[in-house]
Amino acid sequence: MALLELREVTKAFGDNQVLRGIDLDVEIHQVVTLIGASGSGKSTVLRCINALEDIDGGVIRLDGDRVSGRGVDVDALRREVGIVFQSYNLFPHMTVLQNITLAPTRILGVSSDQANGQALALLERIGLADKAREYPDRLSGGQQQRVAIVRALAMQPRLLLLDEITSALDPELVAEVLNIVRDLADQGMTMILATHEMGFAREVSSKVCFLHQGVIHEEGPPEQIFGDPQQERTRAFLQRIVEAGRL
Amino acid sequence: MSELVAPGLPAPQRVGRVLTYRKAAIASLLFPFTGVLALHRSLRASKLAKQGEVEAARIEGEKARDWVWYSVGIGLLVYLIAFFVLLLLANNAGVTRVFMSWKHLGNAKAWSSMLKGFWINVQTFLWAEAFVLVWALVVAVVRMLPGKACGPIRGLATAYVDVFRAFPAILVVYMIGFGLPKANVPLLNDLSEMQYSIIALTLVYGAYVSEVYRAGIQSIHWSQTAAARSLGLSNGQTMRFVVVPQAVRRVIPPLVNDFIGLQKDTAIIGFIGVQDAVARARFYNNSKGTLAGYTIAAILFFVVSVPLTRWFEWMQNRQRSRVEGGRH
Repeated sequence: MALLELREVTKAFGDNQVLRGIDLDVEIHQVVTLIGASGSGKSTVLRCINALEDIDGGVIRLDGDRVSGRGVDVDALRREVGIVFQSYNLFPHMTVLQNITLAPTRILGVSSDQANGQALALLERIGLADKAREYPDRLSGGQQQRVAIVRALAMQPRLLLLDEITSALDPELVAEVLNIVRDLADQGMTMILATHEMGFAREVSSKVCFLHQGVIHEEGPPEQIFGDPQQERTRAFLQRIVEAGRL
Repeated sequence: MSELVAPGLPAPQRVGRVLTYRKAAIASLLFPFTGVLALHRSLRASKLAKQGEVEAARIEGEKARDWVWYSVGIGLLVYLIAFFVLLLLANNAGVTRVFMSWKHLGNAKAWSSMLKGFWINVQTFLWAEAFVLVWALVVAVVRMLPGKACGPIRGLATAYVDVFRAFPAILVVYMIGFGLPKANVPLLNDLSEMQYSIIALTLVYGAYVSEVYRAGIQSIHWSQTAAARSLGLSNGQTMRFVVVPQAVRRVIPPLVNDFIGLQKDTAIIGFIGVQDAVARARFYNNSKGTLAGYTIAAILFFVVSVPLTRWFEWMQNRQRSRVEGGRH
């Protein structure tokens, strides 16, 4: 059984039908990448999985449990499924350390000593231990995004969603963030990425899904999607990426 | 792409000219002392420009502009003081006699009586302020509760805000201070006048301040809520740890504004029989045939509120530079 299943998931914002029936299976330890043009629904899929948006139709299951629709404990779901956003969304009034330890101490009931220890160990691994007492606004974009990843990891989620996490970064800062994601993939973290970094997607993905107008138009291993796409639209999309010098 | 670029505009001539601020400098002669300096600089700028010393002329012109602004500021202050002195001297120093007679302003007994009254104002203010801070936040958070099911309770909070912002504070003080004891409401019929005043002021200012809080809460970008909820924090925890702390910091200036208002509105509690500074001033004035009592009360209010305001501002600037990486 897949860790995460989406079946016929639909979502509209007013008249705008963003998702028109998404079917997706994510196995444990898989890294699934969502690619597609802006507005194709990549971010919306991630936000629906994390219940930041209610879905209109279909069903989402985590470990076989229905986690969409009414009566679901969304807070419990979100403890299992972490998300990192394009714009980092660190809490500006808290230090880096406080950002990371807030959820473990308040939700999991971890003592603050223990939470601080874990947070510092994580920061050490990404080379930001010296920034623990800084406020986020004093950090570069890349540093902030690495902290945001650590903040999500501190809850020890079973599934991590990464929503275009390098899109707001200056090019020279992208690598430091992607290196962390690569490490996580190597360590077996189950992840779903929405990304425009095609080279990276090709490298780390177990499966790549090309979204077009709210459906998964083509999916397959990265060698197939990037090397030998079967669908005309997938080819056209990748052609434009190549023209823009991004692949 | 060539049509995106405007075809050859004529080279701008005006960038190179020397600004002498002549008219402004002449106008600033309305404040003669510094105005002369402004005009002097302005004339020098023209002279230098004629001699071809463009760089020096520009610098001189900019100094002329600075002195125009000094003139406006200093001049306004001088005229204000002059107006005030004239007012005090007018009608054979009538204003001075009424408000600032040294016989009364130097009267230690008057001061000690008024201070005693003012201590009541301060206590009322501190209690009401503490209650308002909490109560208004409760009301604001209730008004922000999400979902259809919270509709009725949201409506209740909205109705409270609408109603108590509509009533003049003095009416509420009257109604609660005279009404509750008279109506013999159990539990609420046996409070002191000061306690009634605190209740009344809390109700009135709670309505105002809840709107300040609400504006602050709404100003926090939804992405902060999304980030907090995505970590598994509940709606209440998100408010408590993420949204409200940021919102409160953002609305400190309007909060201080309302609290100065509250502090001053403690002046109306004398109407229900509290012997506060203003009531004592009125009594003093009536018995001595002067208005100097009001001057003493005014000084007391002033001495407390102005340093408090400055202190708040200083604290806020310090906090901001700590969090925002010294960009301010």
